[in-house]
Amino acid sequence: MYSKGLAPLAAAAVVTLTAALALVFFYAPLDADQGFVQKIFYVHVPMAIVSLCGFVAGGVFAIRHLRSGDASWDLRSYVAIHLAIIFGVGVLATGSIWARASWGHWWVWDEPVLVSFLVVFLLYCVYYPLRFSIEDPERQARYSSVFAIAAGAFVPLNFVAVRMAQAYTHPRVLSQTGGDLPGEMRLTFLVALLGMALLFATLWKLELTAKHAAMQLKRLKRRLAEREAVAA
Amino acid sequence: MIAAARAILRKDLLIELRTKESVPAMTLFALTVYVLFHFGLDRDSLDGELAAGVLWVTLLLAAVIGVSRLFAAEREQGGIEGLLLAPVDRTALFVAKAVGLFAMLVVVEVVAVPTFGLLLLGPGLGGALPELLAVFLLGNLGIAAVGALVAALAAETRARELIVPILLLPLLVPVLISCAQATEPLFRQEQGPEDLARWLGLLSLYDVVFVLLSVAVFDYLLED
Repeated sequence: MYSKGLAPLAAAAVVTLTAALALVFFYAPLDADQGFVQKIFYVHVPMAIVSLCGFVAGGVFAIRHLRSGDASWDLRSYVAIHLAIIFGVGVLATGSIWARASWGHWWVWDEPVLVSFLVVFLLYCVYYPLRFSIEDPERQARYSSVFAIAAGAFVPLNFVAVRMAQAYTHPRVLSQTGGDLPGEMRLTFLVALLGMALLFATLWKLELTAKHAAMQLKRLKRRLAEREAVAA
Repeated sequence: MIAAARAILRKDLLIELRTKESVPAMTLFALTVYVLFHFGLDRDSLDGELAAGVLWVTLLLAAVIGVSRLFAAEREQGGIEGLLLAPVDRTALFVAKAVGLFAMLVVVEVVAVPTFGLLLLGPGLGGALPELLAVFLLGNLGIAAVGALVAALAAETRARELIVPILLLPLLVPVLISCAQATEPLFRQEQGPEDLARWLGLLSLYDVVFVLLSVAVFDYLLED
């Protein structure tokens, strides 16, 4: 049911990611200021964008779940948030490395995007304890969806608030990751972004398929056990 | 709906008046945290950023206690079934709980904020009273809306004492930012530039978003 199109999607992800890596190392020019370490930008920023999109997608699926009452939307929302959190770990790690290399500190509080991402990440980590401390599956799905929607609305608000707090004390003229990229860098960045998005989609589909299969297996086992109990 | 909300609110306030559980505990907790900050920071008087931060962090932590007790009466006495069986809109329940939390926060602040002025704050509180009132009004509104939502989310979970703080505090980060930034110039020794309107604007935006969102999703909580 969920596995349709998984193989071509995976192939596309592999091809795009390989192309992105090749572009990063052989095509994109070295950054004049930061040199080689700036290449982590092609991993860090696409990962952050995809992770945030995953959180938002989790919220959208949650709305569809509450609207339709169909548990499969809850599963989609859960897997999207789950993967976005895993990507989020990667974002914080690569961001930290980049900060260390270019500013000399593992963590900088005056980088608003990184700080807001940390707050969002901490909030979404609560998704697991919340979800798994509710036993009734129907209620679990409903409560998780409410959380996903509230947290989804929180993401933009939090970004605005943190950015305003920074802008007040540290005026910023140019955003670090803004649009002023030279052409070669932009192409590399877009390919890397596409690759990361395809990777996310592939993993999402794979995880959905696995979860669905596990649930079906459980159901079949239960039915088998019932039948054996009746026979005996 | 308003009649139902008023009835639930009246019941909650009556329970609080008779048992005197949450509000005294929250106030006492806030005062204790002041003492902790005094020793932790090793400072006799605070001003500016430090004062605003200490005050708001303390109030948010006190709010956590109130939020985790918000559905306590229903849970312990089993009244939640009665509320859910009653043919009233869930929104009434949300409004009643949020207004109740708002009232509790106001009572706590009426004691805790002057005490803060007395114990820790360098400059006096009196000079900036109207501005402070506006910040507290909007801040409490945000805490009340998010608090009622979080309390309802956590009410049905096994580990609700754990869920409430870790869920509520990240959600309140924008409230902390705007309230602390708005109060910071009011607590400075010499009057500096103020940027009150911008922070009150952000707080209002937060309040509107979370009140609307909570009303919209509250129907799906506390069903069945």
